Amino acid sequence: MTDPRNSPFMYAIGAFVALFVTVQSLVFMIRAYREGKRLGLSAATMRKAIVGSASFSVVPSIAILLAVLTLSGALGLPLPWIRLSVVGAITYELPAAETAAQAFGASIKSAITDPVVFSAIAWAMSIGCVFAMFLVIFFSKGIQSGIHKAQLKDSVWSGLLISAMFMGLISAFLGSALGGGLVSILTLLSSAATMGVFGLLIKKAKLTSLENFAMPVSMIVGMAAAAVYSSIAGGRTI
Amino acid sequence: MNEATKATTTYDEAIHRNGRAWMAVAIAIILGVPLAISLYLDVWPPLGRLAAALLPTIMVFWPIAIVEVITFTPMLGSGGTYLGFVTGNLSNLKVPAAIAAMQSAGVEPSTKEGEIVSTLAIGASSLVTNAVLLAGVLLMSYLLPVLESPTLKPAFANLLPALFGALGVVFISRNWKLSIAPLALMIGLFVAMPTAPVGILIPAGAIVSIGVARLLYTRHLL
Repeated sequence: MTDPRNSPFMYAIGAFVALFVTVQSLVFMIRAYREGKRLGLSAATMRKAIVGSASFSVVPSIAILLAVLTLSGALGLPLPWIRLSVVGAITYELPAAETAAQAFGASIKSAITDPVVFSAIAWAMSIGCVFAMFLVIFFSKGIQSGIHKAQLKDSVWSGLLISAMFMGLISAFLGSALGGGLVSILTLLSSAATMGVFGLLIKKAKLTSLENFAMPVSMIVGMAAAAVYSSIAGGRTI
Repeated sequence: MNEATKATTTYDEAIHRNGRAWMAVAIAIILGVPLAISLYLDVWPPLGRLAAALLPTIMVFWPIAIVEVITFTPMLGSGGTYLGFVTGNLSNLKVPAAIAAMQSAGVEPSTKEGEIVSTLAIGASSLVTNAVLLAGVLLMSYLLPVLESPTLKPAFANLLPALFGALGVVFISRNWKLSIAPLALMIGLFVAMPTAPVGILIPAGAIVSIGVARLLYTRHLL
């Protein structure tokens, strides 16, 4: 019998899930585009949002692919592909898979060949992540209408509230990068410095055509810097 | 109710109705995957051991899910939330992609225009991820040696600092007064607990940031 982890059946499920996510994305985008036109947003603005986001997403998507490949050694290729196509994120999938494997006396450090353990991991990865989706179904509308009411009451404060929330979120990720060690901090500073230079070029030198490239290029410079810093460290943990 | 307001209400209503339906189907598909595997392999993991396997991850990740829903929903808008929570990879891709797109388009989150730009950005981002994953699955044997080379590995391991470093500059320069308190908190937390999980840092950052913003606003300092 072929390896069940990489069987055509598993690939068929993977293809179905990928198709579902693609169709949902297209349906939501078409609907939003039509509504945007009705609201008076220019086609150029909406196209810029689509193209900008697509180019911004290439490098992080390669990182997600890397996560799929990392998990594929233990779980085969289709299951990590499925899990990271819907709801998944490596920060959840990796510990969920390892905890489940350990509960069955195995580890994802080696190939999971026992079908019972493999199915248990699939169940654990899937059940754990649907909770957020139930929360969205039941509470998302309430949260949105709460924000809408706050906007009607005091529009200046509601704008500041959202900005403050953004800053809290971004600070949290900056804080978590600080905890990643010296390479992580230097990467953050390199990417920030590149973005700063882009900001000056766009605002002071009026090079507005650079706007679409500023984020992806800053990100790539930061990541390239991480590779350089790590090679300078020569395998030492810094 | 005038026509424009009515049409917007109709869009909002439709997006919640459709979003919930898509979400329900997505839940059925997600849970259908392990069910299909169990049926196909004819193996059923014992419930007691499965519960024991799930408990530690639930204890850590479900509170994070609550924080994410509360924090991300106002930022992504209704369409972006329904799409983003199905397509996943929120904090490492969809949220930054939506933030960057709204910033670039000059629209604010939680506005009608922000809602549209966020949904388009998350949809485009999701399509790109799908295409990259599909290409990766098809070309795995060629890609693996390149992506896992010792030179590129640290680059991908540091994706998040690279991403949020750039994004941080954009938002600090826009709202520097709002950024002082949460950034000071993060530096303090880093000194006290260097490896604090992001699930703790997000609510801590958001609460302090909102509290100080309110204080500055009521004292007319913003």
